Amino acid sequence: MSAPPPGEAAPRDAYDIVVVGAGPAGLSAAAVAAGQGASVLLLDEGMGPGGQIYRGIANPALPDRRILGADYWKGEALLRAFAASGAAYHPCAAVWHLDAARRVGFSREGRAHLVQAGQVVLATGALERPFPVAGWTLPGVLSAGAAQTLLKAQGLAATGRVVLAGCGPLLWLLASQLVAAGRPPALLLDTTPAGNWRHALPHLPGFLASPYARKGLALMARVRRAVPVIGGVTDLAIEGEARAGRVTYRRGGAAPAGLPVDHVLLHQGVTPNLNLAAAAGCALDWEPVQACFQPRTDAWGLTTRPGIWLAGDGAGIAGAEAAAARGSLAGLAAVAALGRIDAATRDRLAAAPRAALARHRRGRAFLDRLYRPAGHFRRAADAALACRCEEVTGATLREAAERLQVPGPNQMKAFLRCGMGPCQGRLCGLTVTETIAAARRLSPAEIGYYNLRSPVKPLTLGELASLPHDEADLRATGGA
Amino acid sequence: MFQRLPEARRPALPFLLDGAPAEGREGDSVAAALLALGQDACRESAVSGQPRGGYCMMGVCFDCLVVIDGIGNRQACLTPLRAGMVVETQRGRREPAR
Repeated sequence: MSAPPPGEAAPRDAYDIVVVGAGPAGLSAAAVAAGQGASVLLLDEGMGPGGQIYRGIANPALPDRRILGADYWKGEALLRAFAASGAAYHPCAAVWHLDAARRVGFSREGRAHLVQAGQVVLATGALERPFPVAGWTLPGVLSAGAAQTLLKAQGLAATGRVVLAGCGPLLWLLASQLVAAGRPPALLLDTTPAGNWRHALPHLPGFLASPYARKGLALMARVRRAVPVIGGVTDLAIEGEARAGRVTYRRGGAAPAGLPVDHVLLHQGVTPNLNLAAAAGCALDWEPVQACFQPRTDAWGLTTRPGIWLAGDGAGIAGAEAAAARGSLAGLAAVAALGRIDAATRDRLAAAPRAALARHRRGRAFLDRLYRPAGHFRRAADAALACRCEEVTGATLREAAERLQVPGPNQMKAFLRCGMGPCQGRLCGLTVTETIAAARRLSPAEIGYYNLRSPVKPLTLGELASLPHDEADLRATGGA
Repeated sequence: MFQRLPEARRPALPFLLDGAPAEGREGDSVAAALLALGQDACRESAVSGQPRGGYCMMGVCFDCLVVIDGIGNRQACLTPLRAGMVVETQRGRREPAR
């Protein structure tokens, strides 16, 4: 990216606070902590700061601000505060290790580093929920978030016959952005289950009083004026040989329909990106409304591991502005845990972010219930690959779960290898848990999730060998 | 096809794709540059050899793995494109490097 980021020097051995993730939560946590005099290192896997929501904010690809919309540009203020804070920042840094002693292992440009953190703030954000329909692995099929990332960071728009399919606010936001970019999609297939309204309705007053209501309804109206929308879609599949060529769908008992496509962009909500927290031993809880696991945290973001805090969507989905507020809270709490500020100062400084968090939590209960994806879309279709890496179909997974009564996802690995490929379960974990839960008629909370261990990102032996080592290390490994 | 919007003006970056001269732009990830060239698939899967391309563009799906400057299994979506890079589509291989 064009502007040289601060803190490009080699990392030191130790920092008061290491923050992982440069989205709204991580930028806020780092800025707040550095602002209180703590030495802070912010590590991020991305090419520039902003996370997914503010992707490319330091080096925007699209000068026309109307395309991405006003919410995107809120990232500029976060970035300014962070840049002024003096926190060190390493982009393109893959964090692969965190342990109870708060040692953080990461790789950057082919070299591995281990740093000691006084406190750790994880701001690893969200990832899109797997959408295991037949053909979702075909080239030409991307997640809606992926298409939005390409628009934000590179000014690349999906063009040709583009079909958006699924449910959730991001799907509509992307549609509106493509419309604003002069590339309206050919069709939006809405899979929001009709029955969700009944569960969402009691929370409608809270939504109407929230910042999301007017904005969201206006956005959907804009999309409907420019894009044909088919609602109530209950079946979805993508066909093609070497790439996506056709999407087929069905609404309830209606006859199947289909159309030729160049791209299908899938989305059915986001879930916490929890691999690093889980590998560090933080306890996870099943969140039944959002249908996902999330690390257990207190009101400041403290996990079940002392000195490891979690902020933003990685601690439970609540959106960008709530993430920034939770980042400030975790940053303040981490600084207080180091003894840099007392509890009274922490509480006083926390008043503003707490108020912002309460404001941006309003309305989420309605959205969470309305856009809860259908159960059959959360489990893999028979012909779909549940595990993209090891190529395990929904049918195979279901058969193993039903006939062999495999107790949980970790045993399923031994039978089918699902979750053992390079993505380490990120694109199949929830599918596998929910499939086993359905087969055994138990709750996903009882089935549990994959046991995750470090390294949570692939690491070469060359990178490992680049870690500093002393005489004792060499003797211990039998070296000269 | 992913097309660059006319307002996205950035300097060109030359690189090699499977031995042939290709062009991306500054600020591209390797995965973005490939998509902009119409290259939807960038590898064949390790198990059955089916064609795959990046799905998530944010480092979680590992379907955009390519060979970059002779090193295999690099996540194209997390790797900034640089002038003169040698990028190869990947065929099934599980080894971390050749």
